[in-house]
Amino acid sequence: MTALDVGAALPRRKVEIVPALTPVIVALIAAPLIGSFSTFLTLTAAGIAMGMMIFTMASGLTLVFGMMDVLNFGHGAFIALGAYVATLVLLPLASWSSADSVALNLAVFALAVVAAALVCGALGWVFERLIVKPVYGQHLRQILATIGGAIIAEQLLYALFGPDQIPLSLPKTLEGSFVFGEAAVEKYRVLATVVGLAVFAGEMLVLNRTKIGLLIRAGVENREMVEALGYRIDRLFVGVFMAGSALAGLGGAMMALYRGQTHATIGGEFLVLCFIVIIIGGLGSVGGSFVASILVALIANYAGFLAPKLALVSNILAMVVVLLWRPRGLYPVSGR
Amino acid sequence: MTILSGDPPRGRRLQVLIVLIVLALALAPFLFPGAKALNTAAKTCVTILLVASYDVLLGYAGIVSFAHVMFFGVGAYGVGLALYGLGASWGAIAAGLVIAFAVSLALALAIGLLSLRVQSIFFAMVTLAVAYAFNVLASQLSWLTGGEDGRSFKVPTVLQPGFRWLDHPIFGVQANGKLITYYLVFAVVAVAFLVLLRVVNSPFGRVLQAIRENPFRAEALGYRTVFHRTLATCIAALGATLAGALSALWLRYVGPDTALSFSIMVDVLVIVVVGGMGSLYGAIVGAALFVFAESYLQDVMGALSRLAADARLPLLPALFHPDRWLLWLGLAFVLAVYFAPLGIVGALKPREAEAN
Repeated sequence: MTALDVGAALPRRKVEIVPALTPVIVALIAAPLIGSFSTFLTLTAAGIAMGMMIFTMASGLTLVFGMMDVLNFGHGAFIALGAYVATLVLLPLASWSSADSVALNLAVFALAVVAAALVCGALGWVFERLIVKPVYGQHLRQILATIGGAIIAEQLLYALFGPDQIPLSLPKTLEGSFVFGEAAVEKYRVLATVVGLAVFAGEMLVLNRTKIGLLIRAGVENREMVEALGYRIDRLFVGVFMAGSALAGLGGAMMALYRGQTHATIGGEFLVLCFIVIIIGGLGSVGGSFVASILVALIANYAGFLAPKLALVSNILAMVVVLLWRPRGLYPVSGR
Repeated sequence: MTILSGDPPRGRRLQVLIVLIVLALALAPFLFPGAKALNTAAKTCVTILLVASYDVLLGYAGIVSFAHVMFFGVGAYGVGLALYGLGASWGAIAAGLVIAFAVSLALALAIGLLSLRVQSIFFAMVTLAVAYAFNVLASQLSWLTGGEDGRSFKVPTVLQPGFRWLDHPIFGVQANGKLITYYLVFAVVAVAFLVLLRVVNSPFGRVLQAIRENPFRAEALGYRTVFHRTLATCIAALGATLAGALSALWLRYVGPDTALSFSIMVDVLVIVVVGGMGSLYGAIVGAALFVFAESYLQDVMGALSRLAADARLPLLPALFHPDRWLLWLGLAFVLAVYFAPLGIVGALKPREAEAN
């Protein structure tokens, strides 16, 4: 790092604060409309938990796009795969889940999500080599190739696991809620929030405090320059792609547990949401997708309570409003 | 050649193939008697228009849209709901068409102007999101659309299957309303296809191709890329709307499965890429092949699946299950993207044309 310390003298890039506050503003506007404080608290906590799970999936997509300029339509397949891997881990270990021990329950949860992330990461490597590598740099063929990959992957999931939903139950001590006065917050939502925050903190640390992160950020800004400095950027690319797929799997596993069932359609559904989130956040920006995930989930929850019919299109409306305000998203990445 | 806008199919093999397909479709009621065959032929016609209009966007302008089936759905629901609400009359069809065209145009303009000015990759994501929301809306607003069940409706008397135009059969085929509907669909598709061919061979079409090849250069030459791309989106949307209206007339039913489902979008993508991007004739070849494969490939797969099951091979029965035929299509799709970017039309092109 010493050779790079010259950069320390450069002025720090200013981080705009208003876009980051949008979820708070939305919450403040929604609060008086909802009226009851306990309902508001429950809705907000649920929104944040949902936002964290969406963020886990979306950050993988935005990292891959920011780094490699690859819009991976196969991301949804990894979300679904993560859900299935978690199911495969949880079903045989049902005795751990049903045990009345917090440690065992958390262990089986951790095992399931880590397995999902690892398997998805490994298959992300296969996907990158087979599907994405031949079409780097050609947007149109890239989109088509990854869609084709997604179709094949989804059909393989159906062939392997059957077309029916697989019911999934939460580990025993993770069921139920913490009750604060009149507001109830589900335990699993707290856990999902913690995991999501850990993912966010981890990503921020790696990107901003390690050499690999430095290279990734440099690669986003100027790929040729990093190559000219002697770094094998394609290896870094593969690594980022694997990390992105692993995050998709992690998010998919958590979402399947949250819903209590596993089905391949979870992939397409959340892929759409991930796209909305990374568009709102600014393509390629991890911080932007963090804010956008919370924003989207909060708006969906509030709208679901206040005007259920409107909730169906609240995501799109949020996207339109944000794009009219900031055409390149909340935190635009330079050069994109 | 003026009727083909000076752009006939290139190469002897392709010409023969196109002529055969068009003749088969034109004479379908006489060549292949039976309700199922006529259904297949009508579906092929509608698919050709849907895919050709998508090719204007994907093949000529280089824009990936996921909202194409949404416009198809707008057309189908527009005509379907008008016939359902206003009764079976030609006035209702006209009203439904006008409303559907207006809605499609407004949606296409809004999506195009919002997302095409930033980056074309935005467009792919925005259309996906909008199409998804539209699907949800269509299935939730059940007072209007009939929800998941959709709506069945009556068509004008002349088009009803019970209507007899002539008392005696022509060449052994009853001249009933179904026949008239088929030829209505065929004629409209033929005219619309020729119009699209005219569009892509006009100066406007050349600019679209220039933008596809190099947007910066096209812009530097003084063409407003946003305007051209948005106009292409609108033309494609209108084509899809018309195809949707025809589909509704033929089926006498609209519902999410036949008009909006995302699997139709996947089918359209597969047909365009396998048939050949950047050539409207690819739509004809691709659609014919696809509908043929859909009708017969599944039988073959079922047989293979049973064979594999009898031989007690692991996994293969599941892979060859008729419901998994999209798996093999997806494989063909990816291979086409890598090795045959111009699809079947490109493969059938004469060698000397490649040298030019």
